[in-house]
Amino acid sequence: MRALDRKMLRDLRRIWAQTLAIALVLGCGIMVLVGAQATQRTLEQSQAAYYERHRFADVFAGVTRAPASVVQAAAQIDGVAQAEGRIGFNAVLDIDGMQEPAMGRVISLPADGPALNLPVLRRGRLPAPDRPQEVAVSEPFAEVHGLVPGSRFRGVLNGQLREMQVTGWVLSPEFIYAMPPGAIMPDDRRFGLIWMNESAAAAAMDMGGAVNEIALRLTRDADERAVIAALDRLLDAYGGTGAHGRDRQVSHAFLDGELQQLGAMAAFLPPIFLIVAAFLVNMVLGRMIALERAQIGLMKAVGYGRAQIAGHYLKLAMLIGVVGIALGWGFGWWIAEAMIGLYGDFFRFPFIIRDFGAGALVISAVLGLATVALGGLRAVWASLKLPPAEAMQPPAPPQYARGRLDRALTLIRLRQTTMMIFRSIIRWPGRAAITLFGVSASVALLVMSYFMFDAVERLGESVFEQANRQQVTLMLARAQNERAVNDALTLPGVRMAEGAYAMPARLVNGHRSRLTALQGHYPDAQLARLIDDAGVVIDLPAEGLVLPQMLARALEIGAGDMLRVEMLAPPREVLDLPVAAVIAQGLGQEAHIAAPALFAAMRTAPQVNMIHLMIDPDRMADLNSAIKETPAVASLANWAEVRRQFDATLSENLLTMVAIYTLIGVLIAIGVVYNAARIQLSERSYELASLRVLGFSRGEVGFVLVGEIMLLTLVAIPIGWVLGYGLAQGLAAAMSTDLMQIPFHITRRTFALAALAVFLAALGSVLMVRRRLDRVDLAMALKARE
Amino acid sequence: MRQGIAETVSVPVRKQVFRAQGITRVYRTGTVEVRALRGVDLALNEHEMVVLLGASGSGKSTLLNILGGLDLPTEGRVFFRDRELTRASDAQLTAFRRDHVGFVFQFYNLVPSLTARENVALVTEIARNPMTPEEALDRVGLAPRMDHFPAELSGGEQQRVAIARAIAKRPDVLLCDEPTGALDSKTGIQVLEALYEVNRDLGTATVLITHNAGIQRIAHRVVVLADGQITRDEVNATRVLPSEVSW
Repeated sequence: MRALDRKMLRDLRRIWAQTLAIALVLGCGIMVLVGAQATQRTLEQSQAAYYERHRFADVFAGVTRAPASVVQAAAQIDGVAQAEGRIGFNAVLDIDGMQEPAMGRVISLPADGPALNLPVLRRGRLPAPDRPQEVAVSEPFAEVHGLVPGSRFRGVLNGQLREMQVTGWVLSPEFIYAMPPGAIMPDDRRFGLIWMNESAAAAAMDMGGAVNEIALRLTRDADERAVIAALDRLLDAYGGTGAHGRDRQVSHAFLDGELQQLGAMAAFLPPIFLIVAAFLVNMVLGRMIALERAQIGLMKAVGYGRAQIAGHYLKLAMLIGVVGIALGWGFGWWIAEAMIGLYGDFFRFPFIIRDFGAGALVISAVLGLATVALGGLRAVWASLKLPPAEAMQPPAPPQYARGRLDRALTLIRLRQTTMMIFRSIIRWPGRAAITLFGVSASVALLVMSYFMFDAVERLGESVFEQANRQQVTLMLARAQNERAVNDALTLPGVRMAEGAYAMPARLVNGHRSRLTALQGHYPDAQLARLIDDAGVVIDLPAEGLVLPQMLARALEIGAGDMLRVEMLAPPREVLDLPVAAVIAQGLGQEAHIAAPALFAAMRTAPQVNMIHLMIDPDRMADLNSAIKETPAVASLANWAEVRRQFDATLSENLLTMVAIYTLIGVLIAIGVVYNAARIQLSERSYELASLRVLGFSRGEVGFVLVGEIMLLTLVAIPIGWVLGYGLAQGLAAAMSTDLMQIPFHITRRTFALAALAVFLAALGSVLMVRRRLDRVDLAMALKARE
Repeated sequence: MRQGIAETVSVPVRKQVFRAQGITRVYRTGTVEVRALRGVDLALNEHEMVVLLGASGSGKSTLLNILGGLDLPTEGRVFFRDRELTRASDAQLTAFRRDHVGFVFQFYNLVPSLTARENVALVTEIARNPMTPEEALDRVGLAPRMDHFPAELSGGEQQRVAIARAIAKRPDVLLCDEPTGALDSKTGIQVLEALYEVNRDLGTATVLITHNAGIQRIAHRVVVLADGQITRDEVNATRVLPSEVSW
């Protein structure tokens, strides 16, 4: 090994703690980049392969009832490769060992086997064509309830109680993310999918020779919009509820949203870490070169060229980079595995295709090396300019001058040790700025991370405490007269009942259209209310529609404009209604209208198809058994249970996530503060030892070191708050999807926690360095001059 | 009142400031053992100016550091008046330096980010009965350059700031390690004059390390060290003024 390389390795060993601190900061950025990319790619690859192998459809449509021949007609549409019709409906299930009813989505299996959205058999077999009672159930639901092949359960199908026998477990590309109707997250216990023979399903629903769901697979060059329009025209006569592409398919849209959020994470976090790492390399290498000034002079004197010397220090920077990259890859791989495992709880894939993406590895390595090289270059450059004779002389002492700021400080008569702190900051503003930037970046990162919890909490609050105060929502099989609300009051345990009306609708403004739901709100609703992002209850205007911002933007429409509403369920009217208001509402993309205005426009008597209930929690069991036997109820949503589950999921993950985010966030603070303090100590050990000789105690001398860093930390915290506010705003925008807009609201707790975590991390780091001060040999420090 | 140095049973000897009994200092670095002091006995009296002479490596700096509470002997005992330094804790040694000792070093050891006045104030802020920084600087003839930073002062001026800083607390003893070592003869003499006057006017006992034999003539007493032992300890019959020192 060459002498210079040996020197480099020894240098690296000497500053191992600083190297590690920088490598960890760099590694964190690379970890997030590699981890998020690997997770994203793995999910994307698995999704693509799953869709391809199991022929996930491209276009979906629902109808009230259409003859099976319509499927042939759909297959003739230009751009359609394959068409399939089937029967699908909701059912209330009665599972042994489960007091409350579960929800089921029944899907028919064509007699000659499904051609699209092929179910993946995981256990047992599919139902035999000649056995109407046989069904296959979704794997997660079967797992939770121990429904092995041969198990039986009961369900209310189209108002009739039927017994079903399990033949096998199934997964489906249509239900990677299996969300129960009306819920906000998957629920493997209360929501199951049931595959049933076509003949059995048709018999249960009186749908012989008819279908109510159509799925299409398109040719490679098909125009999806044109196909959807053609299919809508075809199905209009049969009560089409609006065809849509994958973008409006719930499972696909949620998975896509998640992938988008991973992409946002990979784009947002790493640059912060990389920039800080570059500054740190610059700081540490700069100091090292300053200390080795005489050695550089000597190397030049004995004939080493500039390139060789520059190469030597750059190699050192690169080595730090390599350590960081290795750490980042390792932890990135680990975090990707952990995240894929976590996603497995929500997204059900039959197989996972791991793709850690050589691209991400290469990009992260290039970025990492470029980061340290850039950081090192500036420091190295300065060292090369000196002629050897000058380099071998000790550097000129730092020049302090009395600027205006200095005079002002003198006037307030600070103690001399405090004055030393201020003068050091004023003398090296660049270094103070790096510390300030690094620490504030750390605060900002934490604000942004903790903000995610604020957002989720805010969502929960808004959904459960403000918008939906009901404990149970009954969805009726068909719309009924308002009197149904009074009937609901007679159900056991019901204290309060409130009707509502919702139907699928297509909103059309010129060439822009959007498939959504139209919700009719009865005046003085107390349970389910319309709430905007600020938590304000919106009183619906007597006339006209109220649209959430995102929907209005998509339709390019504003208050006062007229909007065409095509109802996609009976009575299938087309109404032209004025837009009365646009509200800021992140969650939910439905159009809202006062029920009297809606029914006046429809020229019918007021109706309800949903009933929200307040109940006596002790009588939930009675209510459950009553509902299992009430054919008019097609399904129900148990909000109290959803809330409990939401909170449980949140608190289960909260502590781990907060710990991880905090660790990552404060790593920057630790890296910056530790390095800044070490450099301070190295530069000023002579001065600080002099203070000890003069009779200053360890604490008083430590104050000069700790005081400067902590002063900078205190200044950095509010800057970090402002930066974090901006970052969180950007992240909220980047993570907002069509389905959900992340509410932008940062609590004081978030600001306080971020500040506290960084303050403590900085204090811990600087105290660790301070301990070295105790080990300085006073007599030696006075003799050794740099 | 601040926690003092441990009281001892020995009867206090009046007029003695320091008393070192059989002190030995061994430095170990790895397998190498260096005996810097080998059983040194020394007493220093009030108002006395002592010059410590010796070649490089003779142990004079080690002796001075031990007297000043910067280092501890491997063997032997050191008393400051009636208190034993060799039994003092780190905090007690810090207090001892703060209240009783003024140091002057070859390389001045000024804080570069503080002006001359502020460097002196650094000490007067923590001392019990200090003079003002202005008075201390005036004593060494630097009143006109009080508001300059060290980098704006000559070597001799910086050393005089260091002396002002050392005497501002009215120390019992002034320990100077090669205070003129980095200076030319003209500025060296100015520094010696400052030390001479402090000793004469304030009566501060002063120990002055030098390897410049000419300087010994300004002292009351000359102690010569060689190889970690005292080889000569005699009183000057006649002293000369610093200006008469031949460099």
